[in-house]
Amino acid sequence: MLNNSNKLKVSVSPHLVNKRLLTPQIMWLVTLSLLPAGVASVFIFGLRSLWVILVGCISAALIEAVIQKLRGQKVTISDGSAVMTGLLLAYNLPSGVPLWLVVVGCFVAIAIAKQAFGGLGRNIFNPALVGRVFLLSAWPTYMTTFIKPFDTITQATPLALMKQEKISNLSEAGINYMDLLIGNRGGCIGEVCIIALILGAIYLFYKKIITWHIPLTYLVTVGIFSWIFGLKSALFSGDFIFHILSGGLILGAFFMATDYVTSPLTQKGQIIFGIGCGLLTCVIRFWGGYPEGVSYAILMMNMIVPLIDRWVKPKRYGVK
Amino acid sequence: MIKLSEHKELTEHNLIRKAKLPSKVHIPLIQHFGKPCDKVLVKLNDFVKTGQMIATSEGGVFSPIHASISGKIISITDCPHPLLGRAKAVVIESDGEDEKIYDLINRNDEVQAYSAEKIREIIFNAGIVGLGGAGFPTHIKLKPPKPVDTFILNGVECEPYLNVDYRLMLERTEEIILGMKIIIKVLGAKNVYIAIEDNKKEAIELFRRANLPSNWIIVVLKTRYPQGGEKQVIKSCLNREVPQGKMPFDIGVVVNNVGTVYAIYEAVCKNKPFYEKVITVAGRGLTNSSNLEVRLGMSIRDLIDECGPIKEEPRKVVMGGPMMGIAQYNLDAPIIKGTSGIILFGKDEVVEVQERFCIKCGECVTHCPIGLEPGMISLAIAKDRLDLAQEYGVMDCIECGLCSYICPANRNLVQAIKYAKQKIEDKRTKK
Repeated sequence: MLNNSNKLKVSVSPHLVNKRLLTPQIMWLVTLSLLPAGVASVFIFGLRSLWVILVGCISAALIEAVIQKLRGQKVTISDGSAVMTGLLLAYNLPSGVPLWLVVVGCFVAIAIAKQAFGGLGRNIFNPALVGRVFLLSAWPTYMTTFIKPFDTITQATPLALMKQEKISNLSEAGINYMDLLIGNRGGCIGEVCIIALILGAIYLFYKKIITWHIPLTYLVTVGIFSWIFGLKSALFSGDFIFHILSGGLILGAFFMATDYVTSPLTQKGQIIFGIGCGLLTCVIRFWGGYPEGVSYAILMMNMIVPLIDRWVKPKRYGVK
Repeated sequence: MIKLSEHKELTEHNLIRKAKLPSKVHIPLIQHFGKPCDKVLVKLNDFVKTGQMIATSEGGVFSPIHASISGKIISITDCPHPLLGRAKAVVIESDGEDEKIYDLINRNDEVQAYSAEKIREIIFNAGIVGLGGAGFPTHIKLKPPKPVDTFILNGVECEPYLNVDYRLMLERTEEIILGMKIIIKVLGAKNVYIAIEDNKKEAIELFRRANLPSNWIIVVLKTRYPQGGEKQVIKSCLNREVPQGKMPFDIGVVVNNVGTVYAIYEAVCKNKPFYEKVITVAGRGLTNSSNLEVRLGMSIRDLIDECGPIKEEPRKVVMGGPMMGIAQYNLDAPIIKGTSGIILFGKDEVVEVQERFCIKCGECVTHCPIGLEPGMISLAIAKDRLDLAQEYGVMDCIECGLCSYICPANRNLVQAIKYAKQKIEDKRTKK
């Protein structure tokens, strides 16, 4: 017999429990998937990069907590999104930056790019990238001084060398594709070790947290474009593998451009977004003022996401 | 559309069995889409027989109501109603005899000579409504204002837990085929489809082996929720869409679900009014989850007892499927014509969740069967922008609940949409 004293719970359907990933789990899993690249960076650049990463994560979380307290809101750093932003920002910094610079970057990322817009889900721009480009324009010397892997001397990135026309192909820089894959090159903390990044990306695909729409179209666009225009002297002979593996493209395509909040809702929109990121990245790399264009490309595409979402609608049932 | 965890195994292999005769039934006067049966044909203390019409109405959209047991009318008053909270109902106390008012006959052959008009009248008098969910009176559905050339039997049953249509297809195959023939005749339909999800292998096999007319086509559909929605079935079978704001008959199609077709068979071929139906009563906390043939008006409590003893106290009791069903707060609420199941959820199957802000992951957009953007609609509703919600197509929502089910931020998407639809509807009728 039923026990009458037991009150029944009433709610609106659906009633079926779904063991799906929730927002905090997604954020922490993305953070987890980024760890191999962090571990690799400690091997490549030494303990210095560990300090940058730790300062990034901790200061991002603290800044978020303080702002939420000031705004009289519930502190939600346990959802992992602030730590993830701090981590991504750290990955976009050279290992030699002073630690106060990391904190300033986190402040810009969390306070201005995220909380000023209303917090998680309401920001227009990828917070970590906003932090990065702020630092890049405020302290360009710190931000473009890269340490040579397994060493303490500084070294320009292959893309910078190519920009300055000091080299015209990879071998002139004294490295090969394998060096790009394992991270034996100058660059930011989290962007150099491609293998570690791919490992994390595979995990995200396996967990169905990201789909192919943005990363694939982004990479393919960069590939095609750099094959056509990559070499100054002749068309259709650019080293597209070099361009795909260089700079922050892999990190950007799999972990930054795929940010849910700042990318289009529909799959069709995401394809447009990916292609747009690819085109802008190449335009900046080949004809712009910077050797690397991933950050600016993604931020510019972030800007037009609301427009993409307005124009690219899913096919409605029964509507012609 | 996505694959759900189905939980069909609880009653998938259980033969339909008759529930024991209830000692009392509450029969609400509104059990269908349309107006209540305002003309009550019985008085207090009257004796009624099983199958006797006890309420009807005149003109408009309604379906008459019948007594489901024989006995004495002990009150006609406001009673619990599973959908409306409370509604006027006729309460019958059983005399234990179950004396029928009709003769159960077998007129399979005679029926061939019946006119469409006569069959519709039998269906009307039997009180049959659509059993797929909406409860629209069947005699009206079978008189479409435009010519119809296609009939689809909806044997999809995509709601988890429920096995009503599946068991009917297995155990009453011939009856369903006869019922289909009646409908096809009434509609004058030339194209006939039988739509079944691929998780119902045995049913597909049975229909394949049955001696079906050569022009009937069995369509095996992928097991995906909400494949069984009328619009989805039409799209999957015919690759055509019902235009926005139109009805299936506008494109020459009528869809009936298995339960309705079986009820039509019983009424037309066997002279039996619609006072009894098959439902699934299931839940982890029940010792004997079952597919029961029950009398309308029986209380949920009686049915839970029928399938007991209880192993685990239910924390939530849902009438209908777990995706679209209605949570009940009063177990005295009766089974009505449209009831497809009673699902019991235990403590750890009922979780309180914290709603978070939309992170625009796009899952709801990717999976919405109607191609809406539930996340954006809910944001518009939260800002009280019903105009914007309408622009986003909120009125097209079929309320399948998939968006809420998959949302990683636990957003109350379909809930907000239902609220907005009601509000917009209210505003429209007030004008």
